[in-house]
Amino acid sequence: MTETFSSRRYMRDLKLPFCPGCGLFSLSDAFLKAVYELGNENLDKFCFASGIGCSSWIPSPYFLADSVHTLHGRSIPVATSIKLVRPNLNVVVFGGDGDIVGIGLGHFIHAARRNTDILVIMGNNMVYGMTGGQVAPTTPFKTRTTTTPYGSFEHPLDAAKLAVAAGAAYSARWTTAHPTELKESIKKALQLQGFRFIEAVTQCPTAYGRRAGFKDIGETLRYFKENAVPAEKAEKMNDEELEKKIVVGEFVNRKRPTLVETVYSVLEEAKKSGEQD
Amino acid sequence: MRTVKAGTYFWSGNEACAEAAITVGCRFFAGYPISPANEIPEHLSERLPQVDGIFIQMEDEIASIGAVMGASWGGRKAMTATSGPGFSLMQETIGWGFMTETPCVIVDVQRVGPGTGQATKCAQGDIMQARWGTHGDYAAIALSPNSVQEMFELTIRAFNLAEKYRTPVILLTDETTAHVREQITVPPREELEIIDRKKPKTQDKAFFGSENVAPMPSVGENFNVAVTASTHDEYGVRFTQDPAVHRRMVGALNAKIGNHTDDLVEVENYKVDDCDVGIVSFGCTSRAVYEAVEAAEAEGLRVGFVRLKTIWPFPEKEIRHLAHNAKKIIVAEINLGQIVREVQRVACNSEIVPLNKIGGGQLITPEEILAKILEGGKKK
Repeated sequence: MTETFSSRRYMRDLKLPFCPGCGLFSLSDAFLKAVYELGNENLDKFCFASGIGCSSWIPSPYFLADSVHTLHGRSIPVATSIKLVRPNLNVVVFGGDGDIVGIGLGHFIHAARRNTDILVIMGNNMVYGMTGGQVAPTTPFKTRTTTTPYGSFEHPLDAAKLAVAAGAAYSARWTTAHPTELKESIKKALQLQGFRFIEAVTQCPTAYGRRAGFKDIGETLRYFKENAVPAEKAEKMNDEELEKKIVVGEFVNRKRPTLVETVYSVLEEAKKSGEQD
Repeated sequence: MRTVKAGTYFWSGNEACAEAAITVGCRFFAGYPISPANEIPEHLSERLPQVDGIFIQMEDEIASIGAVMGASWGGRKAMTATSGPGFSLMQETIGWGFMTETPCVIVDVQRVGPGTGQATKCAQGDIMQARWGTHGDYAAIALSPNSVQEMFELTIRAFNLAEKYRTPVILLTDETTAHVREQITVPPREELEIIDRKKPKTQDKAFFGSENVAPMPSVGENFNVAVTASTHDEYGVRFTQDPAVHRRMVGALNAKIGNHTDDLVEVENYKVDDCDVGIVSFGCTSRAVYEAVEAAEAEGLRVGFVRLKTIWPFPEKEIRHLAHNAKKIIVAEINLGQIVREVQRVACNSEIVPLNKIGGGQLITPEEILAKILEGGKKK
């Protein structure tokens, strides 16, 4: 491909639904740029699954591809079976933090445990954006949201580290202030096997930023940049030092037998035993 | 051994269901352990891989039905099996399946509820849940077998209807029918009708919202199909505000089923012409009715029996036919009165007598049905 990158070549001719300044424009772009740089003329080799929430609208129906827009939190089980019955497809899940590690958390953990051959990209805006900015499992401690007018009184979940503990083959976190690193991470993950998880911390000026005390998008992005701590450095820091920081980078990149490999080896075995009947 | 050979077998209902699924071409099962449905996944976990099918036990029932939907969009005939509590958890996704027109089969082996109830005991309390379990305006298809033979036959029919109408179909069975072990005859393959979904032609682009059932592509076939359970147009593009698009689409999906009740409804009419008393029943409860009918005849009463093999859509025409003769209709079911409401709605000029029993998996006996027939003396 000699021509320059344009996300439009991979998209339906529809107006995107995101608010001005939304970080999901950058996330969508980073993904499509990764796809482009890997030499894909189109998205024919991909299938997308997503749930409910703004991030879930990235592929559905905007990507010119097969996309299955599932229920809130249920993209991962649907993606799991699509990959199992169509193992040649590159199955990618897009979802928000509420979708993937709120209502859908059980599926996330089990997909990582199974090493299900899917890439899950989570746009983490730290809030339930589509429904008006309610507190999420990812909302930083003491943050004001529409359902925590006195500041949130719960501790946020570290999804990227949870993925490691549950058995993911690859887990990384970047922010929309790190578009190149994010794109490179997606490129890398697209070429790996097994359960791959990328968390993209993203700004939501409409439902999060203005209540959480960010003046504008520029300030949010500066905050992301200034408070990002590389994973290697974070290992040497204590909880107090990491308070309000965003740990970025790769948390794991390892090989384990994947679900497709193990399921299809069972099929081979069963056919042998079936023939003896 | 691939699909089961024609011949005579001695199977439980659950085994017959599992073998029928393989025979009709089901090649994906996802489920979660629950009594009294477990023999279906246990059997399929061994048998599906032998026929290149995939079996997977998911982390819960919500994941199971989700995986079934994904497999169906991947091009496979797919199914799950559960009981009341799991069926409750699946309801949201069943609505998703209706809205996205995803063929699949959900087996609900009914047990005593509500709540955890009596997990291993027989009941017929999920009748209305099978019709109205998910939110919004939808139409359901549910079938009710009453023998091991019918567990086989109606499992095949459930898949056929799912594929033909592109919608989830519920095999609404019960603990007794699932666990009873009986002789069953598997017919030769060429005698079985097996329906596969209509596939699109290369140039097709409209895959949704047709009263005549739109063709269904699979993911990975380069149709760029956009699947969503948000209100969408024929091309799968969301329209979350437009009332006209919603009315057109949901109207078509309901008409797709509502306009074909003649094809969907199956009943067994037993001595319904010239009867004085009518009986309506289904599933395991219906097994006691025949004996009661004979006993009533010995007492000089003419009793007609309509056995529902299709529960939803409700066999209205067939019940009207029964009500034409029968001035009194007894509705026997092991719940506190669910199908009886439908009979009352349809046969409003007859006296409708509910016969209910719940708990402990106790069935309604022929004697109890006979007593109900004789109650109030002979009615002419």
